[in-house]
Amino acid sequence: MRGTAKALLSAMLPAFAGLAATIVPANAQVAGVPPLDIDIVYLERAVPQPPVLSNLVAKPDDEGLAGARLAIADNKTTGQFLGQTWTMNETVVSPEEDWLDAARKAVSGGPKLIVANAPAADLLALADLPDAADDLIFNAKARETSLRQENCRANVVHTAPDRLMLTDALMQFLLKRQWRDVMLVEGNAPADTLFADAMAASSRKFGVTIGERKRWLADADIRRNAGAEVPRFTQGDYDVLLIADEAEDYAPYFLYNTFLPRPVAGSAGLTPTGWSAVVEEWGAAQLQSRFADIANRPMNDVDYAAWVAIRAIGEAATRAETSKVPALRKFLLSPDFQLAAFKGLPVSFRPWDGQMRQGIALVHPQAMVDMAPIEGFLHQKNELDSLGLDEQDSQCEAF
Amino acid sequence: MRSLLNLKRGLVFAGAALVMASGPALAAKVYISNEKDDTLSVIDTETLEVIKEFEVGERPRGITLSKDNKYLYVCASDADTVQVIDAETGKILHNLPSGADPEQFALAPDDRHLWIANEDDAIATVVDTVDRTVVAQIPVGIEPEGMAVSHDGKIAVVTSETTNMAHIIDTEKKQIVGNVLVDQRPRDARFSPDDTKLWVSSEIGGTVAVIDMASLTIEKKISFELPGVRAHNIQPVGMQLTRDGSRAFIALGPANHIAVVDTTSGEVIKYVLVGKRVWHSALTPDEDLLFTTNGASGDVTVIDTESLTPIKTIKVGRFPWGAVVKPDEVED
Repeated sequence: MRGTAKALLSAMLPAFAGLAATIVPANAQVAGVPPLDIDIVYLERAVPQPPVLSNLVAKPDDEGLAGARLAIADNKTTGQFLGQTWTMNETVVSPEEDWLDAARKAVSGGPKLIVANAPAADLLALADLPDAADDLIFNAKARETSLRQENCRANVVHTAPDRLMLTDALMQFLLKRQWRDVMLVEGNAPADTLFADAMAASSRKFGVTIGERKRWLADADIRRNAGAEVPRFTQGDYDVLLIADEAEDYAPYFLYNTFLPRPVAGSAGLTPTGWSAVVEEWGAAQLQSRFADIANRPMNDVDYAAWVAIRAIGEAATRAETSKVPALRKFLLSPDFQLAAFKGLPVSFRPWDGQMRQGIALVHPQAMVDMAPIEGFLHQKNELDSLGLDEQDSQCEAF
Repeated sequence: MRSLLNLKRGLVFAGAALVMASGPALAAKVYISNEKDDTLSVIDTETLEVIKEFEVGERPRGITLSKDNKYLYVCASDADTVQVIDAETGKILHNLPSGADPEQFALAPDDRHLWIANEDDAIATVVDTVDRTVVAQIPVGIEPEGMAVSHDGKIAVVTSETTNMAHIIDTEKKQIVGNVLVDQRPRDARFSPDDTKLWVSSEIGGTVAVIDMASLTIEKKISFELPGVRAHNIQPVGMQLTRDGSRAFIALGPANHIAVVDTTSGEVIKYVLVGKRVWHSALTPDEDLLFTTNGASGDVTVIDTESLTPIKTIKVGRFPWGAVVKPDEVED
């Protein structure tokens, strides 16, 4: 469709050119708003990708960074009416380079607004640098629930959802479908265990029963023998097979190979995620096409987390009329902050651990199935707090 | 829309009171744009039935009429054009250059210039419908959506959904002369009949801002509350003001209701249940009936504006979006 639209547009362009349309600069500002210069630091720790069986889906090189760049462009468009200037300093640290060295350089010289696309350990090392104490770091990547609990930091907020938010979303959906009995399969990687543990915790929270939890060793090329091995491995009676395989290595080969005809969810089949190319409701189609225009690929969850971090800073700067980091932090964590972020419910930050409240999409590669919180899961304050760590669950003491 | 109603009033004002008091309502046709079917449904206001369906370009959304009611203008968003259509026959006469992805537009009171919001390009395009040329393109905020031109023709307003502003444009200079920050995701914009107030609906913010045009400040903010409906599902989108400016009909999107607002007090008089995901609405020439486009249920609800009750649901195409009313020719 967009291809057609583009072709039509370019066919029309000569007509435009001949008509001497005037492009008028936008020069009027909102009255009484102080001009602001806002600088963002984008800091990424490049992580070597483990080999996976399928060669269909390659991880994009500019994952996260492309989302951050789009948000800067978006903030500039809005900022032109407010006398705001937006700049971004991009640092991508390769696996061979010294992370702390690069991190120290990035945080030196006054309070900074930092979008971090880095694993949990690197994120914590960054946050604990003495020079970073007055910074505000937006975690756009690490899903570890511990970063919102015992390892929370006052200078770190999270636009990436943690694993519990993802698995709570999945369990809400299973309950809606009345699929209450599941089998859980986890892979070898530590992240898989964390994901499987989150599924177990969420299943207890929502009353879904895990009849059996098994480990798939993933020590052979399953592509050629999934049809023989997976049916045997998945014997038993349950409503859904859940798979924790964050690298999405073996999970895709379980679909249609289960012993009984059962849907698969988790790391393949129905997947909970902060963002996916298939989200198009709530005006998301516009965000998707703006992103595709600059990145030439679909927008994923890390791109979205980086995008929404910088858009949140933009919205806070506009509403609170400040570029000062402590004032921005205070406003972002206050009930006055909300941002329309293409997922229906406006996003905001939890004041108890700095996690961004947000909808979680339940998707398969070709369509969105639902957006959690699923209708009917009520909450006394904000339905988005039915996903992940609510105030009474919080062990975070830094906030 | 407004200019159309004013015109009709000018034409038949003398006899209108009598007609309304005694005879049947003035007959009219309602044109509904069906976003997912690439068609227009034509509804007769007397029989309340769909009498015709016209095929149009891809993803029709914004729809309006020329002053003489002969020509329909339709934003064919995915065809990147505004189509000019014979309102009687449905024949597509020609396409206007519109800029990419036109969504909503407004016809200036001069009956000649169309002000178009280009959602994908952060631009407002002004098109001369006579010369069929682009007169100006004005950079605005991200995802421009709602568009309105004041009744005196001096000011155009475009809302940008992601920038959260109403941009105030001098139509003579074709320049932004002011910006007003509103709540999240502004959609529709409407001037009061005397142009002193501007109404802007914010879909995600859940409010309608009434802006004082002299000071460009928000004078009043209207919010909504419906028992049994989740607050975030109350998403004000399309608005209609009556000719005398006393009432506003505000579509609440997935809340499936139209809020009827007393414009003086800013209070909601009544919430009227309609179909699913109501986008926009249009009033008949007599303002006795309101037709609402219900996107998700694919139908139109007809509301009696006297009793404020829904009287009929009419099935139209898939995802009805815009609506405009054309009075039938008056026979003397």
